[in-house]
Amino acid sequence: MKSLMSGNEAIARGAYEAGVLVASAYPGTPSTEIMENFSKFDGVHAEWAVNEKVACEVAAGASIRGARSFAAMKHVGLNVAADAFMSYAYHETNGGIVIITADEPGMYSSQNEQDNRYYALFGKVALIEPTNSQECLDYMKYAFEISETFKTPVLFRVTTRICHSKSVVEIAERKVFPLKEFVKDLKQRLMVPANSKMRHPIIEEQRLAALRRYSNTCLLNTVEINDTKIGIIANGVSYQYAKEVLGNGASYLKLGMTNPLPDKMIKNFAAKVEKLYVIEENDPFMETQIKAMGIDCIGKDLFPAFWEFSPELIREKILGATAEPTYTTDAKAPLRPPVLCAGCPHRGFFFELGKYKDKIYFNGDIGCYSLGAGGTLNALDSLICMGASISAAHGFQKATMLSKATTYQKVFGIIGDSTFFHSGITGLLNSVYNNVPFTTVILDNSITGMTGHQENPGSGKTIKGEVAPAADIPCICRACGIKEENIIIVDPYDLEASKAAIKRGYEATEHFVIITKRPCALLKPVIKQRAKLKCQVNPNKCVTCKKCLKSGCPALQLGEKVSIDGESCNGCTVCLQICPVHAIEKVGE
Amino acid sequence: MSEVKNIFLIGVGGQGTILTSKILSKGFLENGYDVKMAEIHGMSQRGGTVTTQIRYGKKVFSPVIEKGTADIIVAFEKSEALRYVDYLKKGGSLVINNYEIQPYTVAVGMSSYPENVLETYKALVKDVLIIDAFQIAKELGNTKCMNVVLLGALVKMLKLDHIDWKKLISEIVPEKAVALNINAFEKGYKNN
Repeated sequence: MKSLMSGNEAIARGAYEAGVLVASAYPGTPSTEIMENFSKFDGVHAEWAVNEKVACEVAAGASIRGARSFAAMKHVGLNVAADAFMSYAYHETNGGIVIITADEPGMYSSQNEQDNRYYALFGKVALIEPTNSQECLDYMKYAFEISETFKTPVLFRVTTRICHSKSVVEIAERKVFPLKEFVKDLKQRLMVPANSKMRHPIIEEQRLAALRRYSNTCLLNTVEINDTKIGIIANGVSYQYAKEVLGNGASYLKLGMTNPLPDKMIKNFAAKVEKLYVIEENDPFMETQIKAMGIDCIGKDLFPAFWEFSPELIREKILGATAEPTYTTDAKAPLRPPVLCAGCPHRGFFFELGKYKDKIYFNGDIGCYSLGAGGTLNALDSLICMGASISAAHGFQKATMLSKATTYQKVFGIIGDSTFFHSGITGLLNSVYNNVPFTTVILDNSITGMTGHQENPGSGKTIKGEVAPAADIPCICRACGIKEENIIIVDPYDLEASKAAIKRGYEATEHFVIITKRPCALLKPVIKQRAKLKCQVNPNKCVTCKKCLKSGCPALQLGEKVSIDGESCNGCTVCLQICPVHAIEKVGE
Repeated sequence: MSEVKNIFLIGVGGQGTILTSKILSKGFLENGYDVKMAEIHGMSQRGGTVTTQIRYGKKVFSPVIEKGTADIIVAFEKSEALRYVDYLKKGGSLVINNYEIQPYTVAVGMSSYPENVLETYKALVKDVLIIDAFQIAKELGNTKCMNVVLLGALVKMLKLDHIDWKKLISEIVPEKAVALNINAFEKGYKNN
């Protein structure tokens, strides 16, 4: 049966058809839908892990037991999982294991553009890269075969365009495999120095050599000889762009297995074509290795090492043709940056926080609340990676204290519930242990929001909707050593309460924790519950002072007077509380 | 690849561009075409611009449309086609929903909403259809079906009558919304 699937759906389907039993992931654009789709199948275990390292270790455990397993994450997630990934790569793996990394050339929803293909080189494992949805499905099956044949983890690398583009896929039946025999074998599985030392030469001399032989003969790497004036070596979506633009006017070496590279195939192909181009998004991963083989090729001299490619880029760079613009106009659409939603519980708290922007250094984190930095709120000063809000606040505060700096003497670390579970707890524990007094803010909206509502340990449900124990955030803070009297829980819709909590956090002399508690406004039960709650402007009272607009709420519209869009307003009353002339009224129950 | 057709949909998060593209791509697939569709997920729920690109034909390679090659652009919000009008091919068609969504950046003076947008389009492109899809949907009793009104207009503009769109709509939308959406499709089709 043919159907249209995104790359992420096809990866999930491929894993299912390959007989995967256990899978674990932490949500992150563009990888999230892999696990969401996989969780819909019967007879498998799918889960949201608290972070990518845990996901990778869960998959490794299932693999040791002899089951097929995978872990999925966005590119920066593999940094978190790197310890598990790099060390499990020393094992002689048992059940097939695939680690899926979804990279983001173009950075639609990421803090960096790192090229995770280097992790395959670094970890000395096989690397697979599909170019469309059908290959996402088929190559997952190959990946498990490679893993089991060569007893290695396999890195499966996709990019945003592959993950989120849909193309035609033909599906097949699931094959269920019995567990592979598990034998206790310390030499293969107990990575203490004596054993690791013996494993390393085996990996270098045997596994990598065998993988390279396979790469030179496998069906994942294919040659297509047409016109030989131009030769193209390409991976991923770049292959599709090249084929679109150059068609049969070029010859292709399409690489689906990019570590180890098929050296013999590359040499043969290079000898057949006049001018050889290597087209790859991000870093010159293939190009550098191809040049090291002594082969002359054109890569990053011509193509950028940053941002997404496009068919027009390839047209321009290879054919030197820039199409004349068809239609142009000076008229511009208004800016539409992403913004905290109407009724978002983060808004009210950030509105009050922004009033301290000259006194407090705000150290943010990864999630919807990174939008607290933009527009009118101005309540974030920096952002590094997941969990860094707390630990970097710790370093900043300590340096401020020791140097007796006179500016920004107070630091707030601001983190969401899911991110706190992911990697904030360790930072909090570290700060209490090392006695650094600053304020941690945990914005608890009971869901992983930015990636589109995934359950987490605090939400009381698993990915399958089954009831789970809900982690108690105040209790975790107390367990880290925060004193009971230094924890305050506020409703972020309540500006007075938020203001009072921020003041206490600002004045505190010990580590202080503010927890804002209010579920995401877009959660279905919340929408239902608040469907009839609205705020509206009394135009007779509105003096158009625009103070309410400082909340940055997208439901507020400015004409002669301010008005509120009834469709998106959920009656959170933040604007009502800001309005100095009481022109905004609450309606509905 | 001249035999490949390119459809470019632009809207603002929450306007239902995704459902429209789902109906379109299923229609093409079931009628024997190769289809690719590109969307960007992520922060689009939060009031940002949402684009969906659909390409269909005998064989499609790139999932994204090249500048200057779209056969049709459908703007679900009237100013949004300004952002991508350079993707339209010479002689291509423009469908504009006469509906304005003011972003907060306009309210706070960080950007401005362009004046006389419809006139700009008319002066620029020969084949323009302006449609009050929001008003039509409102009269039908549910503004949510605005996207299917626009689908009807697109089908007429691209002369895609060989595909049974009403059957596809009834398969894809929830059962209780089938009649509403079929009405919406017809209204959009006739308004051309």
